[in-house]
Amino acid sequence: MENNSHIVVKNLNVYFGTNHVLKNVCLEIPDKKITAIIGPSGCGKTTLLKCFNRLIDSTDGVKVTGEVLVDNENIFDPKADLPRLRKKMGLLSQQPFPLPMSIYDNITFGLKLQGIRKKKILDGIVEHYLKMASLWEEVKDRLHSPASRLSIGQQQRLCLARGLAVEPDVILGDEPTSALDPQSSAHIEKKFIELKEKYSIVFVTHILRQARRIADHIIYIHMGEIIEQGPACEVLQNPKEQKTKDYVFGVIS
Amino acid sequence: MFNWRKLKDRVSGKLMLLITILACSLVLVIGIGLITKSLPVLENNSFFKLLFSSDWHPLRGQFGMLPFIISTLLVTLVAVLLAVPICLLAAVYLSEYANRKVLLYVNPVIDILAGIPSVVFGVWGIILIVPFVKNQVAPLFGVSSTGYSILSGGLVLAVMILPVIIHLFISVIKSVPAELRNASLSLGATKWETVKLVVLRKSKSGIFAGIVLGLSRAFGETMAVLMVVGNVIKIPGSLLDPGYPLPALIANNYGEMLSIPLYDSALMFSALILFIIVIIFNIISRFVLVGIERRTI
Amino acid sequence: MNRQRGRRIEENIFKVLMVAAALTIIAVFLAILGSIAMKGLPAMSWEMITQTPKGGYYLGKEGGILNAIVGSLILAVGATLLAALIGIPVVLYMNIYRKKNSLFVNAIRTSFDVMWGIPSIVYGAFGFSVMIFFGMQASLLAGIIIVSLVIFPVISRTVDEVIQLIPKGLIDASYSLGATRYETAFKIITRQAYPGILTALLIAFGRAIGDAAAVLFTTGYTDAIPTSLFQAAATLPLAIFFQLGTPIPEVQARAYASAFILTIIILLISILARVITRKFSRFKI
Repeated sequence: MENNSHIVVKNLNVYFGTNHVLKNVCLEIPDKKITAIIGPSGCGKTTLLKCFNRLIDSTDGVKVTGEVLVDNENIFDPKADLPRLRKKMGLLSQQPFPLPMSIYDNITFGLKLQGIRKKKILDGIVEHYLKMASLWEEVKDRLHSPASRLSIGQQQRLCLARGLAVEPDVILGDEPTSALDPQSSAHIEKKFIELKEKYSIVFVTHILRQARRIADHIIYIHMGEIIEQGPACEVLQNPKEQKTKDYVFGVIS
Repeated sequence: MFNWRKLKDRVSGKLMLLITILACSLVLVIGIGLITKSLPVLENNSFFKLLFSSDWHPLRGQFGMLPFIISTLLVTLVAVLLAVPICLLAAVYLSEYANRKVLLYVNPVIDILAGIPSVVFGVWGIILIVPFVKNQVAPLFGVSSTGYSILSGGLVLAVMILPVIIHLFISVIKSVPAELRNASLSLGATKWETVKLVVLRKSKSGIFAGIVLGLSRAFGETMAVLMVVGNVIKIPGSLLDPGYPLPALIANNYGEMLSIPLYDSALMFSALILFIIVIIFNIISRFVLVGIERRTI
Repeated sequence: MNRQRGRRIEENIFKVLMVAAALTIIAVFLAILGSIAMKGLPAMSWEMITQTPKGGYYLGKEGGILNAIVGSLILAVGATLLAALIGIPVVLYMNIYRKKNSLFVNAIRTSFDVMWGIPSIVYGAFGFSVMIFFGMQASLLAGIIIVSLVIFPVISRTVDEVIQLIPKGLIDASYSLGATRYETAFKIITRQAYPGILTALLIAFGRAIGDAAAVLFTTGYTDAIPTSLFQAAATLPLAIFFQLGTPIPEVQARAYASAFILTIIILLISILARVITRKFSRFKI
């Protein structure tokens, strides 16, 4: 595997009550590459993603064993410093969730928490990341209007800018384009390709073509188990496992 | 900087847990307090005598509360018997037959009714209901009455519990899935038959919960009833006789409570009775409602 | 064919009954507002709302109800603030610091429901016993505390329902930006739930200002405008209660005026609450 993985998963098992949802998952997310987690619906892709930043905690009746190492710290350690570890991972959900404040405040929210308050610095950061998310031109005249007034595509880009502003190492995406129109989707995909120079990107998708388009590394999950993982060209064109072949070449959907 | 945030998070969590536990234990504290204050009167009068005797002579240390209990039961019964059918009919009309706009106008009415203070209902009762009972209802039965009666109390109480009950009925009826209605209609039933045989049957437990809730509200209402019910310590012989429900007993005599021995304890005991009854009814109603919620999910 | 006719007749009978029921409710509503206005409007005057009763509230023929107006406002504002101070953090704790459907949290909800059902006279009687025990006199402060107990479940329940509607994704988004539970609760959730919280406070205020049974024991009644929290004070509901029963028409007029004012306040609150809910908040998603 590549070196400097920010996320290493060891023997992760997740149970929803008596349901064994993720079975003995071991993997490393390669650094500064785009990793796509693919697989049929309901097989644990989103669950796995939620383990990376431990948002899985809020699910009722969940039990987790194993380790998820973020920069060599186990995020599931009861003594772990959760806000700090979570900050290392920006989250882009399927549905954009702008915070109930202005566009400007959305971006500066995470920063203000860390104590950055000087207006000049914040202004600069807001502009920088809105440009990075290709949203600056569209909103530069209304930074202080409510974020809820943006279109869905714009909101998703706002959430991207917001997540980048706290300077994570990893970007997590939970089907980040499935609620968007094709144009906005293409936008986000283009962003991912640009961003992988600085960030490691992991996203869940059920759109195989999307994975083909942008992924460097593929993890294929079926029924809670990792069937195959590796460089995209190998897994998508020459899969080793039968189940992977079935999925990638269209038998299972 | 960061440790300060962690500290705030941890401390606030513990503080809020403390407040929460204190808030919830309030019910227990009240219960224990009332029980403690009731003990003195229970030492001299048996439980049975307190509840079932009509000898109310505080100066002699006799506290038979039967007249008050009967008054309370009668007023509550009248209120519920009047309110429930009206609420049911109106709720069915509003959710099934009337068009959307009507509900838009009626909802504010129900909300405002729910917010009107008890004393204002009492004033209304004195202005309209008491004369009505005295001049219109009593002569119908060939009886003369001052108008201050169980009936007046029941009428006013019925209006007061209307909003709570109708609100519940409407939401229960609305929660019956449209597919069920459609199935019934496509089997040839009329709208009314669908309502009668399907919707209402499905809503049975919700309706029951509504009745129980209405009862528990009615038991505890004090001021309005107090103002129109007459406050005469005697077991009412008819609905047109005056009565003296338990809450009124407590409210009227808090001044003398301390001057007569054991009087305060007796009043606390009646508060305790109210407390227990209301809690039991509340819990029943809540269990039923949660059961419905769970089934519709 | 007879059966068909029977079915239709039954349906028509009930239709009439149903409309009659709905109309009854509206009629009752109008009757209440009408009678209060009828007796209250003539009693309203500039003196009524700017002066305290002269010559004693029971017998004095002059003056107005300023004592009750001021007393009620202070009481209701104080009780609402106190109840909110306790109720809102508790609800935030239930939904953010704990899983919102855990056994513990649902037990808390049940206890709030129980508290909601307790009649205010029971709170009043209990409060009175406590006051006797500590040798406290009837005072505005005691009234504020007891009434806040009465309205605390109102605030908690309403705000709880509002917060439960907030999509989980928003809370996840906040956490993934590195916020702590405290920051998520007090910076994000409160903003998102802002209109709902405001409405809850309004309704609680309305309930607090109208309560008579609890203040009867704990706040007493006076002629004067209260100058300290430790004095007894007049309240609008008790102004009605004590002054309605006298044979002196001027004193009665004060009672009707109080009823009128109380009703107007409730109407205003209802309208305000609807306006707020409709207008939403600028930032709600």
